[in-house]
Amino acid sequence: MASLKGKPPLIGWLEERLAFDAIQSFVAHKRVPKHSATMWYYFGGITLFLFGIQVATGILLLLYYRPSAAEAYESVQFIVTRVEFGWLIRSIHSWSGNLMILAAFIHMFSVVFLRSYRRPREITWLSGVGLLGLALGFGFSGYLLPWNTISYFATKVGTDMAAAVPLIGPTLARFLRGGDDVGGATLTRFFGFHVAVLPALTTGLLLVHLFLVQSFGISSPPRVEEQNRASGGPAPEMPFFPNFFLRELMAWYAALAVLGMLAAIFPWELGEKADPFAPAPAGIRPEWYFLAPFYTLKLIPSHVWMFEGELLGLLGFGLLAAWWVTLPFWANDRSGGERTRLLTGTAVVLIAYLATFSALGYWK
Amino acid sequence: MPQTRRGLASWLLGGGVTASIAAFLYPVLRFMAPPLIAEATVNEVSAGKVQEFKVNAAKIVKFGSTPALLVRLGDNEWRSFSGVCTHLNCTVQYQESSRQIWCACHNGFYDLNGKVVSGPPPRPLEEFTVRVRGDEVVLSRRG
Ligand code: FES
Repeated sequence: MASLKGKPPLIGWLEERLAFDAIQSFVAHKRVPKHSATMWYYFGGITLFLFGIQVATGILLLLYYRPSAAEAYESVQFIVTRVEFGWLIRSIHSWSGNLMILAAFIHMFSVVFLRSYRRPREITWLSGVGLLGLALGFGFSGYLLPWNTISYFATKVGTDMAAAVPLIGPTLARFLRGGDDVGGATLTRFFGFHVAVLPALTTGLLLVHLFLVQSFGISSPPRVEEQNRASGGPAPEMPFFPNFFLRELMAWYAALAVLGMLAAIFPWELGEKADPFAPAPAGIRPEWYFLAPFYTLKLIPSHVWMFEGELLGLLGFGLLAAWWVTLPFWANDRSGGERTRLLTGTAVVLIAYLATFSALGYWK
Repeated sequence: MPQTRRGLASWLLGGGVTASIAAFLYPVLRFMAPPLIAEATVNEVSAGKVQEFKVNAAKIVKFGSTPALLVRLGDNEWRSFSGVCTHLNCTVQYQESSRQIWCACHNGFYDLNGKVVSGPPPRPLEEFTVRVRGDEVVLSRRG
């Protein structure tokens, strides 16, 4: 009861009933390693923050959005033209979704470069990759919801790729589309995925991810661990609260400023209403994070030897993804030996590939 | 007044944070307020062709965005009222057997002049003027 002294009675009352002590002592013991790469630790938090913005703005958009082929476009048009600040809320939702995926990618690559995936954090890595996959699912399903020409045809192309998967392809494509072709049924389905299925899965996986991050604490890169061992003194670190917490808050504030600026200066366009019976216009492309595979598939000839080009491309991406997801299991040598150096090399190549092919896909 | 530099700093910080929160909440609150949709007030509608209506029968027709009740009493005798019950906004119907207008929600009855006969409705139904132009039945608001 000593801690209750000198506080307003209501605070004391709440503290006692909400078990603040336990939280306080947990937070008081949490520490964050301090070294030259500490700044990369902020990106996981930024991703989480942007996810929070997505939830809030998404709920707001639900007040006016109508998920049917006849009304979807008109309802978004209504939001951006008639509802006060509607253009801003919608623009923030689109921009924040994109920035969230960017932040997640930065977070993922920093985990690779700082080797934070090492034992015992393999499952933390897997849950993180899973969350990234869900974020991409959010992006893919959300892209269709305004029901405009670009998103309509991009969804046709995207679900067509799913159809090329061996064996389960056709079933998968039918499941995604809710029929044989992209149409009103697809829209309703994607809406369900976007506002119910994916949020539910994300909440679960996010809790696992955060729980694991809390239980194992924040990892230091091997290089820093070695330096600390060599110097013999205590490892430099800072308390999570308030030092790291306030810094993270500042990072969120900065992210918010960038987001607000982008959303206000470059309001997200609505485009033209999708017409399933009109020919596809030029310039159909998916969201930027799907551009690299999209462009790669464009480059592969339709037939390579006896295989179909599309199938070959998918197979390549499948292998690449599997290799990347299982990374902690084959790059887990502690010595920082050859395999880790190989990993750093390939991660750099991967970033270069993603950057160039996304740029090519965007400009060509 | 803040006495120290630290006091000033935390005052500025607190003020800044409060201002930003207000700046987020204001658009959100405005967004949630449903925009006023300028509903063009309709003063006249065509209910359909004379042949479509039977004698001693009624039909609900659209009058702008609300329902209207059109009753054909005889070959050249028509009555029309707002279909919205004055009690709690249910849509009324014509009862051929009693030759009255009935609201099923709380058993309200109106006569064929729109006056309340029994039940909870507090006011008579708004009556519309019916005119036959050629073979078209036209309803219009009075006054
Ligand atoms: S609403 Fe018509 S009687 Fe109550």
